[in-house]
Amino acid sequence: MLKAFFFAELRLIFRAPMDIINPMMFAMLVCLMFPIGLGPAPQALAKLAPGLIWVIVLLASLLATDKLFKNDYADGSLALWLLSPKSHYYLVLLKVFAHWLSSGLMLLIMSPILAILLNLPLYALPALLMSLLAGSISLIFIGAIGSALTVGLRQGSVLLSLIILPLYVPILILGVATVQAAAQGMEVGAYIALLLALAALSITLSPLAILAGLKINLDAS
Amino acid sequence: MSQAILSIKNLSCERGYRLLFERLQFDVSRGDILRVTGGNGSGKTSLLNILAGLSSQFDGDILFEGKPIKKAQHEYLSCLAYLSHEKGVKLGLTVLENLTWFAALYPCKVNDEAGFIAALDQVGLKRFRFQRAGELSQGQKQRVALARLLISNASLWVLDEPFTAIDQDGIQQFEQLIGEFAQSGGAVIITAHQPLNIEGNYRELSLDDFKSQHSPEQSLNVC
Repeated sequence: MLKAFFFAELRLIFRAPMDIINPMMFAMLVCLMFPIGLGPAPQALAKLAPGLIWVIVLLASLLATDKLFKNDYADGSLALWLLSPKSHYYLVLLKVFAHWLSSGLMLLIMSPILAILLNLPLYALPALLMSLLAGSISLIFIGAIGSALTVGLRQGSVLLSLIILPLYVPILILGVATVQAAAQGMEVGAYIALLLALAALSITLSPLAILAGLKINLDAS
Repeated sequence: MSQAILSIKNLSCERGYRLLFERLQFDVSRGDILRVTGGNGSGKTSLLNILAGLSSQFDGDILFEGKPIKKAQHEYLSCLAYLSHEKGVKLGLTVLENLTWFAALYPCKVNDEAGFIAALDQVGLKRFRFQRAGELSQGQKQRVALARLLISNASLWVLDEPFTAIDQDGIQQFEQLIGEFAQSGGAVIITAHQPLNIEGNYRELSLDDFKSQHSPEQSLNVC
């Protein structure tokens, strides 16, 4: 039965394609601006590319997370699924995972284009993809905590960034370190392992925080 | 006398430093229909939110079959169908998908498409089943929400203004459905601005009778 809930979520997400396209457009446009702003020296760009790509993906996923629970809150369906006798933990897990498919995974898929635009060495691409796969899961699941906490606020985006960005810092550091190491031809296994560990932690623990945040907001409404 | 499915003991609710009602007491048994009345701002919606377990801004006891609802949460939620003011209809899903979505979350009497279509037929939405809920009128959206009740397996309905935007014939029809539900052993707590025309064990409870006797300043001290 949870499968039906998951597919309904996916349907809802993919029926509002602008919400998926917006963060991708944002990432693409920012990426196009950097070569213009920094000057077209390929070597300089290549040096900055790991950090730039990661910051862009991080901000784009923050943009995508903002609306995660807003619709459910506005139309009353949030109360409906929080009153379901089914396990709320799994419902949140499925909902955020569906959201990851539409945001994190999409950014992951377009990241090779970003890498080419910023002249990242091609041999660093597998490391970039691996780090983004593990990292974007953490980004979306942690971002969902902020989204749950600010769901009742009309203008919650700034507060969301303030709450979430400090939590993103470790992922950003590890992610950039992975790609930089790969660009210098070094071993990246340890970084990826750490990112995967963070992803595992955020998948398992953040639904608890998300649920608490959502319940506080419903209680206060 | 059978045991009350829900009993409220000494319930007080405070919103924004204002005591909405205090020492509220009532029992609801299977077969009962209780209409909660009261002026605007008397706390009807707050009361229903508390009963549904969504709000914790209260003092007092709410017992489900003799146990506090927090302790018997799973049993309570399995048996509760709550229709809030915001309806909870997903505008991006079609009418039929809305019911499938609901059936994924709640224990339901029917779980197949034929059953859902029969429920939609009852609320007069069979023709619209492949239409997005966002394209429907307010009254039709409300009917989608009521169709959820028809497929749900709950034995306690908590309904907040379920007849908003519903036409006269529709109200009559739903009154009859509520009556049938109560006769089959269900319990209903409902808020509505019009008195219901229902046979059976129908009562009214006015929240104005439980209004705080204190002035706002005093009630601040009470809390």
